[in-house]
Amino acid sequence: MLGKLDLSAIPLSQPIPLITSFVVILIAVAVLILITAKGWWPYLWHEWITSVDHKRIGVMYCLLGVVMLIRGFADAIMMRTHQALAIDAPGYLPPEHYDQVFTAHGTIMILFGAMPLVLGFMNFLVPLQLGVRDVAFPTFNSVGFWLTASGALLVNVSLFVGEFARTGWLPYPPLSETTYTPGVGVDYYLWAVQISGVGTLITGINIVTTVLKMRCPGMSFLRMPVFCWTALASCMLIVATFPILSATLAMLTLDRYLGWHYFTNTAGGNPMMFVNLVWAWGHPEVYILVLPAFGIFSEIFSTFSGKPLFGYRSMVAATLFICIVSMMVWLHHFFTMGAGPAVNTFFGISSSIIAVGTGVKIYNWIFTMYGGRVRFEVPMLWSMGFIFTFIIGGLTGVLLAIPPADFVTHNSMFLVAHFHNVIIGGVVFGIFAGLEFWFPKAFGFRLHEGWGKVAFWFAFIGFWVTFTPLYVLGLLGMTRRLQHINIEAWRPWLYISVIGVGILILGVISQVMQLVVSIRDRETLRDVTGDPWDGRSLEWATPSPPPFFNFAVMPNVEGEEAYWGIKLRAVETQQLSPEPKYEPIHMPVNSPVGFFTAFFTTVFGFAMVWYIWWLASVALVAAFVGFVVFAWRDIHEFEVPIEQVASVDRARRAAREALLEKLTRQEVLP
Amino acid sequence: MGRLQIPKGSLCRALRGALPCGLSSVGLASCSGGVLDPLGPVGAENATILIDSAVIMLAIVVPTILLAFWVAWRYRASNPRGEYLPYWSYSGRVEAVVWSIPTLTVMFLGGLIWIGSYELDPFRPLPSKVRPLEVQVVSLDWKWLFIYPQQGIATINQLVVPAATPVHFSITSASVFNAFFVPRLGSMIYAMPGMVSQLHLQADDPGQLLGISAQFSGDGFSDMQFQVKSVPAADFGAWVASVRGTGPVLDRAAYAELLQQAQRVPPSTYGGIDPQLFLAVANQQIAPGPGPQPGGPHHAGREVSTSGKD
Repeated sequence: MLGKLDLSAIPLSQPIPLITSFVVILIAVAVLILITAKGWWPYLWHEWITSVDHKRIGVMYCLLGVVMLIRGFADAIMMRTHQALAIDAPGYLPPEHYDQVFTAHGTIMILFGAMPLVLGFMNFLVPLQLGVRDVAFPTFNSVGFWLTASGALLVNVSLFVGEFARTGWLPYPPLSETTYTPGVGVDYYLWAVQISGVGTLITGINIVTTVLKMRCPGMSFLRMPVFCWTALASCMLIVATFPILSATLAMLTLDRYLGWHYFTNTAGGNPMMFVNLVWAWGHPEVYILVLPAFGIFSEIFSTFSGKPLFGYRSMVAATLFICIVSMMVWLHHFFTMGAGPAVNTFFGISSSIIAVGTGVKIYNWIFTMYGGRVRFEVPMLWSMGFIFTFIIGGLTGVLLAIPPADFVTHNSMFLVAHFHNVIIGGVVFGIFAGLEFWFPKAFGFRLHEGWGKVAFWFAFIGFWVTFTPLYVLGLLGMTRRLQHINIEAWRPWLYISVIGVGILILGVISQVMQLVVSIRDRETLRDVTGDPWDGRSLEWATPSPPPFFNFAVMPNVEGEEAYWGIKLRAVETQQLSPEPKYEPIHMPVNSPVGFFTAFFTTVFGFAMVWYIWWLASVALVAAFVGFVVFAWRDIHEFEVPIEQVASVDRARRAAREALLEKLTRQEVLP
Repeated sequence: MGRLQIPKGSLCRALRGALPCGLSSVGLASCSGGVLDPLGPVGAENATILIDSAVIMLAIVVPTILLAFWVAWRYRASNPRGEYLPYWSYSGRVEAVVWSIPTLTVMFLGGLIWIGSYELDPFRPLPSKVRPLEVQVVSLDWKWLFIYPQQGIATINQLVVPAATPVHFSITSASVFNAFFVPRLGSMIYAMPGMVSQLHLQADDPGQLLGISAQFSGDGFSDMQFQVKSVPAADFGAWVASVRGTGPVLDRAAYAELLQQAQRVPPSTYGGIDPQLFLAVANQQIAPGPGPQPGGPHHAGREVSTSGKD
């Protein structure tokens, strides 16, 4: 009836997961009670859960990502403190637990932390920046988000019921085959990543289609903001490489469930094939994350320098260059497998060539500031921190791309320090810069600047104090994933790293404080104009937060930096463009299909993990039926009446009049 | 070893010496034990390439970082001396330079990658007048087996090599992936089931070194360490003589026991070997390790670990 599931799956003898489970369940119940008591269910259901509004979905993606970042950070705290306590001592996590912690940390941070945040930014921004009212497939978009949430939920369920994989975040066979890892951990990993991978692919298809087919009048490709270019490149990589991940995991699933022999030790299986396939996805994945972050920085450098981005076409070229070359470098993750010097040479050179694209970008950002009026507000602080951190990370990355140097640093703490250097310095700093920058657009008020600066400095200093010692440890010969350590020389560096983690904790607390204080003071931080940073792209032409239809009238773009052009014209002529003739707007209706599908895929994944075949069958059929019912609906759009469109837009125009007056008075525009 | 002729000035030599000790001069770390403190020709080449490349890139990276901060500071909004150029967003000359700098750097490093990959190919024998010592390596759950086919002996978690003699390692795995790595000797390589990797290393001087697995292989991974003793050539002969003929013999039955998972295995020796054993393991004529066993300390119970949760 319940497959392999019984009471022994509950971690009764393990205080850490048990107490964590208890607290999380308590919080969840409290939140549910609060929502019920306040009568918020209808609001949540109609405005968020079933919403097909790309902005709402983007915000939900970011919320999921932030929660998962905190979960992954908790794992990180455990790993660093455990290693510091496990020098000639057992530490506080036994191997079978510690191994799950580092596996969960990697999986969650990349796939359920960084990915949702990056997808969230793309969802929120791309239609606004392109001057359109939604993505190409709004309902499909909702399905994509909820499938990602479904995967994240499965990973977290493994904390309470059963175990998570203890193989590392990429489960290399033969270790991940049933012979060596018989538990449910790898199965949780497989189904969680598989389900969320489908969700990511859906979003990728959606954004690619939106950028290619749905730009507003006049928005030619070479007038798009660079963020849209990076989103396009990133999503093309998703479309090209996530199927590789799906296929690879499906093959490992068949090995584990049906005893097939794709990657097994024996009977003709080839574990090296898994390593190649998974990195053929895994390396582009890094660029899927970092390219949109580059887009965010491009917007910020330009806005806060009061100048157009330097070398726009060069930036576009560099983005596409990185996009293509990133699919030709995967072997640098295993130079030490002994592929031979010719193969290693090819992949070593192709990997370092990527540094040309990123190098060009760095110089272009510097020249964007040249001749500008640089304002060091919080997004700009993150961007400057990024330049410094990412350049160093790039340097160590090129070192690792040199096969003979990699032969002594592969899998070492040097490697760990390197990829945190680029992923935190690039992706996470980019995400925090972006959250600060677009928060007023999404919620209508700015974040508190003082707390933002405090958070930046704690994160920046904390990062370097945490990871510099790891570089040293790698050069001292320390490999990654050690559950205990018996080399006395490593002790001081592990201790320093823990101090860094302490500083990072202060950074996280400051971020939370920033949010709390900002919500408390939201009236004073209110963004009434819709353009709080003197922005240059079309999202700043909308009120904050934008109406669900984004634009009352489709903008007509006449050059690069669409909104900057509108602003300049308004200041020159001392008036806004004449009031347009409003027309009714058609918008897609909400749909619960994403939520239902994800509910049943979660049940399906859980049932498959525990071999509850009847439940898996029921859930699979139910998920499919959801789609069929959805396909039968007759009404998929509704009309927004002229009066509503006009009243929303007149309010926006009134705010713009005030902004125009202010801009003229300040003479900020040349 | 054909020495790499790419930049290896006295500066880099000095740096290689200075770096680990420089770090330790903070009074925190021991000066020995790392990959920048090599004891053999391969490790020395690895370290040289690592440091030379870092120096080459630092020559570009440091000015770039300084430029970034200088420009940001110079053109801060509150500085009236920074001229505001609100429309300056393209310059063909600047573009040419910003594409050229990384391209030239990468071309230079590309040459280093190309030459270095061939020079330091782990499969390539070291040039030496001394006949290499053959050692066959098998990674097991969770221990290292070293077979000396020429000497007819074998050891567990303990590698004794004669100094100033090239060693040819043939490496395979009896279960999952591992990586054979002696940081102070240089290059690592994967140990993989059903395959044999080749690695050539040499210790120039006598010394005690740390050997590890550098690829996570399961719960007992952290203890997959082995002592490496580089001894004078004469002492090596004496050591072989003391081991040979004493203690157990590594036959199929003894090997079957090694296949069982075990953690924290102390070093030991075998006085005799089955000479066909390594080939039989690599060809998988002997089935790979069985993984966790029912009732064993690390079996996952009813497929669910009773102890480990996350």
